[in-house]
Amino acid sequence: METIYLIFIVLLAAFLGFELIRKVPATLHTPLMSGSNAISGITLVGALVASGSDNDTLTTILGTAAVALASINVVGGYMVTDRMLSMFKKKQGK
Amino acid sequence: MSDNALIINLAYVLATTLFIVGLKLLSHPSSAKKGNLVSAIGMFIAVVVTLIDQQIISYHWILAGFVIGGAYGAWKAKSVEMTSMPEMVSLFNGYGGAASLLLGWATVSGMSAITLATTDSLVFVTVFLTILIGGVTFSGSVIAWGKLSGKMSSKAFIFTGLRELSILHLIAFFVVGYLFATDPGNPMWLYVSIALALSFGIWATISIGGADMPVVIALLNSYSGVAACAAGLAVANTILIVTGLLVGASGLILTNIMCKAMNRSLMNVLLSGFAKPVEMGEAIEGEVKIMSAQDAFYVLEAAQSVLVVPGYGMAVAQAQHAVREMQSLLEENNCTVEYAIHPVAGRMPGHMNVLLAEADVPYDLLCEMDDVNPRMENYDVVIVIGANDVVNPAAKEMKGSPIYGMPVIEVYRAKTVFVLKRSANAGFAGVDNPLFFKDNTRMVLGDAKETINNIVREFGDD
Repeated sequence: METIYLIFIVLLAAFLGFELIRKVPATLHTPLMSGSNAISGITLVGALVASGSDNDTLTTILGTAAVALASINVVGGYMVTDRMLSMFKKKQGK
Repeated sequence: MSDNALIINLAYVLATTLFIVGLKLLSHPSSAKKGNLVSAIGMFIAVVVTLIDQQIISYHWILAGFVIGGAYGAWKAKSVEMTSMPEMVSLFNGYGGAASLLLGWATVSGMSAITLATTDSLVFVTVFLTILIGGVTFSGSVIAWGKLSGKMSSKAFIFTGLRELSILHLIAFFVVGYLFATDPGNPMWLYVSIALALSFGIWATISIGGADMPVVIALLNSYSGVAACAAGLAVANTILIVTGLLVGASGLILTNIMCKAMNRSLMNVLLSGFAKPVEMGEAIEGEVKIMSAQDAFYVLEAAQSVLVVPGYGMAVAQAQHAVREMQSLLEENNCTVEYAIHPVAGRMPGHMNVLLAEADVPYDLLCEMDDVNPRMENYDVVIVIGANDVVNPAAKEMKGSPIYGMPVIEVYRAKTVFVLKRSANAGFAGVDNPLFFKDNTRMVLGDAKETINNIVREFGDD
């Protein structure tokens, strides 16, 4: 039962992703990629539990390293995307 | 479900919705900045609500990891040059892959002997996939970063036995994957899996030439998402699955766009190291007509409509700000200026657009190839800056050319074409470009930035 639900989620998320991204214009493809970097930092959520739980030393170290790496993506990804998108300006009306 | 778990899951639904809305807002440059903010709020909610998880009992390690990673990320985001965006995205792909790999590893190492024995082997299959995809993403991205930043030769590195080595890796994946899933308590299989994944990423990327790196970055971008999704399956966390797949889909679509723009299949790009070099078709003969910057100015002064076609050479020469200045002068002279950007111009999808946006070129002047090709005859002057293959008529005319069939910006149909090049010889070594010999083509030799500045100066003297 559980597995079936997961398959449903995977299938729907994949379709949703394709529909959403197809609409992103070519001019924004670089910000899209750096934004994807940020979103893929969602691994942080899983890493938090591994880092902060009552685990042996190895697991804590691995979890903490994962937290650090995912944080780079989250913080750096969103900030650089924002920096880039601020540069895109419309032509001033004459 | 406990109250805590219910709250967490409801917050995850909210966060996922915000990610989706954020991506939707990215469909137009005017709303894109807001979309990024919405997405960041979603991430904030997801992270904060996870911290109330009852399993988490200490916060100092989490805080240490976050502060170190966050500070580095912020510094990188502030300091990176826009020309180096491909390297940065490539590096971040790698960090994403490594984070997933470590999470997969931590999942197994955190299990007690009893848990290891009673857990469904399907979980270990997903852990193995996480380690595999995460590892390939990490080492592949490091190689791609090395090639893009010039720390490694950008040439395809090929040696005999590469094909056998790759096949050996693929077989080993199945064997080790099976051994790991059936005997997860033995850490040796885990270490072998990690080593295999890292080594495969290196060989798969090192055999791909620098010109194909845009495709590789887009693909690794996709992998970093798929790795997060696999990690989500391993730790049974739906938000990781859904968001990972959004990223996976994004990278795959970009990969597909780039391959189409080069008229090649993904397989052809990935296995390019194994292909025999294409033999050159008939030699192109003709005379190159050279023009001075001053004469170019006289033509531009009389022009009503100008199209600029930039390539990576523009970024190398740092000519984008000079081009922007020339655009203003032309516009004051009642001439319309537009830009045509080929999907594979620059070193990553959309790279040229960002560089021009940085130089204050309004985004509504940036046109796609399919927009400008039907009205090419209407342009009085097309200025090609640092682009070669993407404007090469051989793609249409010469069956023997390695790029035959690739969609190009058909600048040769415009009234006049200026090609800004460093010298008349350089660039001929690669793919021959018959554009240089066309009757309506004029070569303006010299550094692109210098040439544009000379034209700008002529406008000033006027």
